[in-house]
Amino acid sequence: MEISDSVLDHLRHVAALPDLTGTRYELETEIGRGGMGVVYSARDRQLDRRVALKVLDFALAGEAQLIARLEHPAIVPIHETGTLPDGRAFYTMKLVAGARLDHYVAGSPSLAERLRVIRRVGEALAYAHTRGAIHRDLKPQNVMVGQFGEVYVMDWGVDAVAGTPEFRAPDARLDQRSDVFALGALLQSVLPESVPPALRAIAIKAMSSDRAARYPDASALLADIDRFEQGLAVEAWSEPLWHRLRRFGSRNAVMLWLLAAYAAVRLLLFFLRTF
Amino acid sequence: MNKILVGLLCGVILGAIDGATAWFYPEVRSMLTGIMVGSSIKGLIVGVLTGWFANKVQSTTWGVVVGSAFGLLFAFLVAAMSSVNGRHPYLEIMLPGFVVGAIVGFLTQRTGTQGPATKGAL
Repeated sequence: MEISDSVLDHLRHVAALPDLTGTRYELETEIGRGGMGVVYSARDRQLDRRVALKVLDFALAGEAQLIARLEHPAIVPIHETGTLPDGRAFYTMKLVAGARLDHYVAGSPSLAERLRVIRRVGEALAYAHTRGAIHRDLKPQNVMVGQFGEVYVMDWGVDAVAGTPEFRAPDARLDQRSDVFALGALLQSVLPESVPPALRAIAIKAMSSDRAARYPDASALLADIDRFEQGLAVEAWSEPLWHRLRRFGSRNAVMLWLLAAYAAVRLLLFFLRTF
Repeated sequence: MNKILVGLLCGVILGAIDGATAWFYPEVRSMLTGIMVGSSIKGLIVGVLTGWFANKVQSTTWGVVVGSAFGLLFAFLVAAMSSVNGRHPYLEIMLPGFVVGAIVGFLTQRTGTQGPATKGAL
Protein backbone atom coordinates (compact mmCIF):
# COMPACT_ATOMS: atom_id res chain seq x y z
CA MET A 1 0.00 0.00 0.00
CA GLU A 2 1.36 3.38 -1.00
CA ILE A 3 1.13 6.42 1.25
CA SER A 4 0.93 9.85 -0.35
CA ASP A 5 3.22 12.72 0.65
CA SER A 6 0.36 14.66 2.22
CA VAL A 7 -0.59 11.69 4.39
CA LEU A 8 3.05 11.33 5.42
CA ASP A 9 3.25 15.01 6.32
CA HIS A 10 0.08 14.68 8.35
CA LEU A 11 1.44 11.63 10.19
CA ARG A 12 4.70 13.43 10.95
CA HIS A 13 2.76 16.43 12.25
CA VAL A 14 0.51 14.31 14.46
CA ALA A 15 3.48 12.31 15.78
CA ALA A 16 5.21 15.56 16.80
CA LEU A 17 2.23 16.79 18.79
CA PRO A 18 2.59 16.30 22.53
CA ASP A 19 0.61 13.50 24.11
CA LEU A 20 -1.49 15.13 26.82
CA THR A 21 -2.93 11.86 28.11
CA GLY A 22 -3.30 12.00 31.86
CA THR A 23 -3.41 15.79 31.97
CA ARG A 24 -6.46 18.00 32.19
CA TYR A 25 -5.58 19.73 28.92
CA GLU A 26 -6.84 19.26 25.41
CA LEU A 27 -4.54 20.40 22.61
CA GLU A 28 -5.85 23.03 20.19
CA THR A 29 -3.15 24.44 17.95
CA GLU A 30 0.52 25.41 17.83
CA ILE A 31 1.00 29.14 18.43
CA GLY A 32 4.76 29.54 18.68
CA ARG A 33 8.10 27.84 18.52
CA GLY A 34 11.34 28.92 20.11
CA GLY A 35 14.66 27.76 21.46
CA MET A 36 13.16 26.44 24.69
CA GLY A 37 10.29 24.51 23.17
CA VAL A 38 6.93 24.81 21.50
CA VAL A 39 3.88 26.73 22.73
CA TYR A 40 0.38 25.48 22.02
CA SER A 41 -3.03 26.81 22.84
CA ALA A 42 -4.93 24.25 24.86
CA ARG A 43 -8.20 23.94 26.70
CA ASP A 44 -8.24 23.32 30.41
CA ARG A 45 -11.13 20.84 30.68
CA GLN A 46 -11.36 21.16 34.44
CA LEU A 47 -11.75 24.96 34.53
CA ASP A 48 -13.14 25.27 31.00
CA ARG A 49 -10.73 27.95 29.86
CA ARG A 50 -8.09 28.39 27.22
CA VAL A 51 -4.46 28.39 28.30
CA ALA A 52 -1.04 28.51 26.67
CA LEU A 53 0.80 25.23 27.10
CA LYS A 54 4.54 25.17 26.65
CA VAL A 55 6.34 21.89 26.05
CA LEU A 56 10.02 22.15 26.90
CA ASP A 57 12.90 20.34 25.28
CA PHE A 58 14.52 19.79 28.68
CA ALA A 59 13.54 19.05 32.25
CA LEU A 60 12.30 21.89 34.43
CA ALA A 61 14.67 23.02 37.14
CA GLY A 62 13.55 24.11 40.58
CA GLU A 63 13.71 27.67 39.31
CA ALA A 64 10.39 27.12 37.55
CA GLN A 65 8.71 27.03 40.93
CA LEU A 66 10.37 30.33 41.78
CA ILE A 67 9.10 31.88 38.56
CA ALA A 68 5.63 30.45 39.18
CA ARG A 69 5.54 32.39 42.44
CA LEU A 70 6.12 35.73 40.70
CA GLU A 71 2.95 37.75 40.91
CA HIS A 72 3.08 40.94 38.90
CA PRO A 73 0.63 42.51 36.43
CA ALA A 74 3.30 42.36 33.70
CA ILE A 75 4.40 38.79 34.30
CA VAL A 76 2.39 36.04 32.64
CA PRO A 77 1.24 33.81 35.49
CA ILE A 78 2.15 30.14 35.34
CA HIS A 79 -0.81 27.92 36.24
CA GLU A 80 0.76 24.50 36.44
CA THR A 81 3.89 22.54 35.67
CA GLY A 82 4.04 18.84 34.83
CA THR A 83 5.59 16.05 32.82
CA LEU A 84 4.20 14.46 29.66
CA PRO A 85 4.07 10.68 29.19
CA ASP A 86 7.11 10.93 26.89
CA GLY A 87 9.10 12.52 29.72
CA ARG A 88 9.14 16.08 28.40
CA ALA A 89 8.30 18.85 30.85
CA PHE A 90 5.48 21.28 30.25
CA TYR A 91 3.86 24.19 31.94
CA THR A 92 0.66 26.08 31.36
CA MET A 93 0.16 29.80 31.64
CA LYS A 94 -2.33 32.52 30.88
CA LEU A 95 -3.08 32.71 27.17
CA VAL A 96 -2.30 36.29 26.19
CA ALA A 97 -4.16 37.80 23.24
CA GLY A 98 -2.10 40.52 21.63
CA ALA A 99 0.96 41.24 19.54
CA ARG A 100 4.60 40.40 20.12
CA LEU A 101 6.63 43.51 20.82
CA ASP A 102 8.50 43.34 17.50
CA HIS A 103 5.18 43.11 15.62
CA TYR A 104 3.69 45.83 17.80
CA VAL A 105 6.57 48.21 17.08
CA ALA A 106 6.16 47.55 13.35
CA GLY A 107 2.81 49.37 13.68
CA SER A 108 4.77 52.61 14.40
CA PRO A 109 3.45 53.49 17.85
CA SER A 110 4.52 56.84 19.32
CA LEU A 111 7.81 57.18 21.19
CA ALA A 112 5.91 57.73 24.45
CA GLU A 113 4.00 54.49 23.86
CA ARG A 114 7.21 52.56 23.14
CA LEU A 115 8.72 53.91 26.34
CA ARG A 116 5.59 52.96 28.28
CA VAL A 117 6.02 49.36 27.16
CA ILE A 118 9.71 49.40 28.14
CA ARG A 119 8.76 50.83 31.52
CA ARG A 120 6.29 48.01 32.14
CA VAL A 121 8.91 45.43 31.16
CA GLY A 122 11.48 47.13 33.40
CA GLU A 123 9.07 47.16 36.33
CA ALA A 124 8.45 43.45 35.89
CA LEU A 125 12.22 42.83 35.80
CA ALA A 126 12.82 44.97 38.87
CA TYR A 127 10.11 43.07 40.74
CA ALA A 128 11.47 39.67 39.69
CA HIS A 129 14.98 40.68 40.72
CA THR A 130 13.77 41.51 44.22
CA ARG A 131 12.39 37.95 44.34
CA GLY A 132 15.70 36.48 43.22
CA ALA A 133 14.53 35.54 39.72
CA ILE A 134 16.14 36.68 36.48
CA HIS A 135 14.77 36.47 32.98
CA ARG A 136 17.86 35.37 31.04
CA ASP A 137 16.20 35.65 27.62
CA LEU A 138 14.54 39.04 27.36
CA LYS A 139 13.82 39.93 23.73
CA PRO A 140 10.92 41.41 21.74
CA GLN A 141 9.56 37.94 21.00
CA ASN A 142 9.09 37.39 24.74
CA VAL A 143 7.09 40.54 25.35
CA MET A 144 3.42 40.69 24.44
CA VAL A 145 1.32 43.83 24.19
CA GLY A 146 -2.37 43.13 24.72
CA GLN A 147 -5.22 44.71 22.83
CA PHE A 148 -5.88 47.13 25.71
CA GLY A 149 -2.22 48.11 26.03
CA GLU A 150 -1.37 45.65 28.78
CA VAL A 151 2.20 44.39 28.67
CA TYR A 152 3.32 40.87 29.55
CA VAL A 153 6.82 39.49 29.89
CA MET A 154 6.92 35.80 29.09
CA ASP A 155 9.34 32.90 28.98
CA TRP A 156 11.17 33.60 32.19
CA GLY A 157 14.41 31.76 31.80
CA VAL A 158 15.45 28.56 33.40
CA ASP A 159 19.07 27.53 33.80
CA ALA A 160 19.17 25.72 30.46
CA VAL A 161 18.53 28.94 28.56
CA ALA A 162 21.55 30.91 27.35
CA GLY A 163 19.71 33.86 25.84
CA THR A 164 19.41 35.23 22.33
CA PRO A 165 22.79 36.50 21.01
CA GLU A 166 21.90 40.12 20.23
CA PHE A 167 20.12 40.55 23.57
CA ARG A 168 22.53 38.49 25.64
CA ALA A 169 25.11 40.20 27.81
CA PRO A 170 28.71 39.10 27.24
CA ASP A 171 28.87 37.98 30.85
CA ALA A 172 30.38 34.72 32.01
CA ARG A 173 27.50 34.22 34.41
CA LEU A 174 24.02 35.64 33.87
CA ASP A 175 22.55 37.72 36.68
CA GLN A 176 20.50 40.87 37.23
CA ARG A 177 22.96 43.05 35.32
CA SER A 178 22.63 40.69 32.38
CA ASP A 179 18.90 41.43 32.42
CA VAL A 180 19.74 45.15 32.51
CA PHE A 181 21.82 44.60 29.36
CA ALA A 182 18.88 42.82 27.71
CA LEU A 183 16.52 45.62 28.76
CA GLY A 184 18.88 48.12 27.13
CA ALA A 185 18.95 46.01 23.98
CA LEU A 186 15.16 45.82 24.09
CA LEU A 187 14.98 49.61 24.41
CA GLN A 188 17.39 49.96 21.47
CA SER A 189 15.26 47.60 19.39
CA VAL A 190 12.04 49.58 19.91
CA LEU A 191 13.48 53.03 19.28
CA PRO A 192 12.67 54.66 15.93
CA GLU A 193 15.52 55.70 13.64
CA SER A 194 15.53 59.36 14.60
CA VAL A 195 15.62 59.47 18.35
CA PRO A 196 17.03 62.02 20.81
CA PRO A 197 20.68 61.26 21.64
CA ALA A 198 19.92 61.17 25.37
CA LEU A 199 17.58 58.22 24.86
CA ARG A 200 20.04 56.40 22.63
CA ALA A 201 22.70 56.96 25.32
CA ILE A 202 20.48 55.27 27.91
CA ALA A 203 20.30 52.14 25.78
CA ILE A 204 24.05 52.22 25.10
CA LYS A 205 24.88 52.61 28.80
CA ALA A 206 22.65 49.67 29.68
CA MET A 207 24.34 47.59 26.97
CA SER A 208 27.88 48.34 28.05
CA SER A 209 30.15 45.32 27.82
CA ASP A 210 31.68 46.45 31.11
CA ARG A 211 29.23 45.26 33.74
CA ALA A 212 30.23 48.01 36.17
CA ALA A 213 29.44 50.70 33.60
CA ARG A 214 25.84 49.51 33.20
CA TYR A 215 22.96 50.66 35.36
CA PRO A 216 23.11 48.73 38.63
CA ASP A 217 19.51 47.58 38.25
CA ALA A 218 16.41 47.90 36.09
CA SER A 219 14.97 50.62 38.34
CA ALA A 220 18.00 52.86 37.72
CA LEU A 221 17.50 52.49 33.97
CA LEU A 222 13.80 53.34 34.31
CA ALA A 223 14.68 56.36 36.45
CA ASP A 224 16.88 57.65 33.62
CA ILE A 225 14.04 57.15 31.13
CA ASP A 226 11.78 59.08 33.51
CA ARG A 227 14.32 61.92 33.61
CA PHE A 228 14.39 61.95 29.81
CA GLU A 229 10.61 62.12 29.62
CA GLN A 230 10.51 64.98 32.14
CA GLY A 231 13.01 66.96 30.09
CA LEU A 232 15.77 66.55 32.69
CA ALA A 233 19.41 65.62 32.12
CA VAL A 234 19.96 61.87 31.95
CA GLU A 235 22.71 60.06 33.81
CA ALA A 236 23.83 58.25 30.66
CA TRP A 237 24.78 61.32 28.65
CA SER A 238 26.86 64.39 29.44
CA GLU A 239 25.13 66.78 27.08
CA PRO A 240 26.86 69.69 25.33
CA LEU A 241 26.07 73.22 26.50
CA TRP A 242 23.93 74.14 23.50
CA HIS A 243 21.81 71.05 24.09
CA ARG A 244 21.45 71.90 27.77
CA LEU A 245 20.29 75.42 26.86
CA ARG A 246 17.82 74.10 24.32
CA ARG A 247 16.43 71.63 26.86
CA PHE A 248 16.15 74.42 29.43
CA GLY A 249 14.34 76.56 26.86
CA SER A 250 11.84 73.91 25.90
CA ARG A 251 11.30 72.90 29.52
CA ASN A 252 10.68 76.47 30.63
CA ALA A 253 9.15 77.85 27.44
CA VAL A 254 6.05 79.34 29.13
CA MET A 255 8.08 81.02 31.86
CA LEU A 256 10.53 82.47 29.32
CA TRP A 257 7.65 83.77 27.21
CA LEU A 258 6.09 85.41 30.26
CA LEU A 259 9.39 87.06 31.22
CA ALA A 260 9.84 88.22 27.63
CA ALA A 261 6.31 89.64 27.70
CA TYR A 262 7.13 91.54 30.91
CA ALA A 263 10.31 92.94 29.38
CA ALA A 264 8.38 93.91 26.23
CA VAL A 265 5.71 95.66 28.29
CA ARG A 266 8.33 97.61 30.22
CA LEU A 267 10.11 98.62 27.01
CA LEU A 268 6.82 99.63 25.42
CA LEU A 269 5.93 101.80 28.40
CA PHE A 270 9.38 103.33 28.38
CA PHE A 271 9.13 104.29 24.71
CA LEU A 272 5.54 105.53 25.07
CA ARG A 273 6.74 107.84 27.82
CA THR A 274 9.74 109.05 25.81
CA PHE A 275 7.88 109.81 22.57
CA MET B 1 6.13 74.38 50.60
CA ASN B 2 2.44 74.72 49.95
CA LYS B 3 1.09 76.61 46.97
CA ILE B 4 -0.39 79.48 48.97
CA LEU B 5 3.02 80.15 50.54
CA VAL B 6 4.66 79.89 47.11
CA GLY B 7 2.14 82.40 45.77
CA LEU B 8 2.72 84.71 48.71
CA LEU B 9 6.52 84.68 48.33
CA CYS B 10 6.47 84.99 44.53
CA GLY B 11 3.89 87.75 44.73
CA VAL B 12 5.89 89.78 47.28
CA ILE B 13 9.23 89.34 45.49
CA LEU B 14 7.94 89.97 41.97
CA GLY B 15 5.77 92.82 43.25
CA ALA B 16 8.81 94.44 44.86
CA ILE B 17 10.87 94.03 41.68
CA ASP B 18 8.01 95.40 39.59
CA GLY B 19 7.72 98.37 41.95
CA ALA B 20 11.48 98.92 41.79
CA THR B 21 11.24 99.61 38.06
CA ALA B 22 9.75 102.96 39.07
CA TRP B 23 13.37 104.03 39.53
CA PHE B 24 13.53 104.47 35.76
CA TYR B 25 10.87 107.20 35.99
CA PRO B 26 12.48 110.32 37.50
CA GLU B 27 9.13 111.94 38.27
CA VAL B 28 8.22 109.21 40.78
CA ARG B 29 11.71 108.22 41.94
CA SER B 30 11.23 110.09 45.20
CA MET B 31 8.28 107.82 46.02
CA LEU B 32 10.17 104.62 45.21
CA THR B 33 9.90 103.07 48.70
CA GLY B 34 6.17 103.65 48.90
CA ILE B 35 5.68 102.26 45.40
CA MET B 36 7.70 99.17 46.22
CA VAL B 37 5.75 98.54 49.44
CA GLY B 38 2.42 99.06 47.69
CA SER B 39 3.45 96.86 44.78
CA SER B 40 4.62 94.14 47.22
CA ILE B 41 1.29 94.21 49.05
CA LYS B 42 -0.56 93.99 45.74
CA GLY B 43 1.68 91.05 44.77
CA LEU B 44 1.08 89.41 48.13
CA ILE B 45 -2.69 89.52 47.72
CA VAL B 46 -2.54 88.30 44.11
CA GLY B 47 -0.07 85.56 45.13
CA VAL B 48 -2.24 84.27 47.98
CA LEU B 49 -5.32 84.23 45.77
CA THR B 50 -3.59 82.43 42.87
CA GLY B 51 -1.98 80.01 45.35
CA TRP B 52 -5.40 79.25 46.78
CA PHE B 53 -6.70 78.73 43.24
CA ALA B 54 -3.75 76.43 42.41
CA ASN B 55 -4.67 74.37 45.45
CA LYS B 56 -8.14 73.87 44.01
CA VAL B 57 -7.45 73.60 40.26
CA GLN B 58 -4.52 71.82 38.63
CA SER B 59 -4.17 73.55 35.27
CA THR B 60 -1.27 75.71 34.12
CA THR B 61 -3.49 77.46 31.56
CA TRP B 62 -6.14 78.35 34.11
CA GLY B 63 -3.44 79.30 36.60
CA VAL B 64 -2.02 81.84 34.13
CA VAL B 65 -5.49 83.12 33.21
CA VAL B 66 -6.65 83.52 36.81
CA GLY B 67 -3.28 84.98 37.91
CA SER B 68 -3.35 87.58 35.16
CA ALA B 69 -7.00 88.42 35.93
CA PHE B 70 -6.22 88.97 39.61
CA GLY B 71 -3.11 90.91 38.64
CA LEU B 72 -5.14 93.14 36.34
CA LEU B 73 -7.90 93.68 38.90
CA PHE B 74 -5.60 94.67 41.75
CA ALA B 75 -3.41 96.76 39.46
CA PHE B 76 -6.57 98.62 38.41
CA LEU B 77 -7.45 99.28 42.05
CA VAL B 78 -3.91 100.52 42.78
CA ALA B 79 -3.92 102.72 39.66
CA ALA B 80 -7.31 104.14 40.61
CA MET B 81 -5.92 105.10 44.02
CA SER B 82 -2.70 106.58 42.60
CA SER B 83 -2.21 109.91 40.98
CA VAL B 84 0.85 111.32 39.23
CA ASN B 85 0.58 114.98 38.23
CA GLY B 86 -3.20 114.66 38.57
CA ARG B 87 -3.37 111.65 36.21
CA HIS B 88 -4.14 108.00 37.08
CA PRO B 89 -1.35 105.80 35.63
CA TYR B 90 -3.66 102.99 34.54
CA LEU B 91 -1.54 101.79 31.62
CA GLU B 92 1.78 102.02 33.53
CA ILE B 93 0.48 99.94 36.43
CA MET B 94 -2.12 97.64 34.86
CA LEU B 95 -0.07 96.36 31.94
CA PRO B 96 2.90 95.10 34.01
CA GLY B 97 0.51 94.01 36.80
CA PHE B 98 -1.31 91.82 34.29
CA VAL B 99 1.93 90.06 33.24
CA VAL B 100 3.27 89.75 36.80
CA GLY B 101 -0.06 88.15 37.80
CA ALA B 102 0.35 85.69 34.93
CA ILE B 103 3.87 84.81 36.11
CA VAL B 104 2.70 84.27 39.69
CA GLY B 105 -0.21 82.15 38.42
CA PHE B 106 2.21 80.03 36.40
CA LEU B 107 4.64 79.59 39.28
CA THR B 108 1.94 78.55 41.74
CA GLN B 109 0.81 75.85 39.31
CA ARG B 110 4.30 74.53 38.62
CA THR B 111 5.79 74.63 42.09
CA GLY B 112 4.73 73.92 45.64
CA THR B 113 2.66 71.12 47.05
CA GLN B 114 -1.07 71.03 47.42
CA GLY B 115 -2.40 71.68 50.88
CA PRO B 116 -4.27 69.00 52.83
CA ALA B 117 -7.50 67.84 51.23
CA THR B 118 -10.73 69.17 52.65
CA LYS B 119 -12.29 66.65 54.98
CA GLY B 120 -15.40 65.24 53.37
CA ALA B 121 -18.63 64.31 55.08
CA LEU B 122 -18.77 60.76 56.37
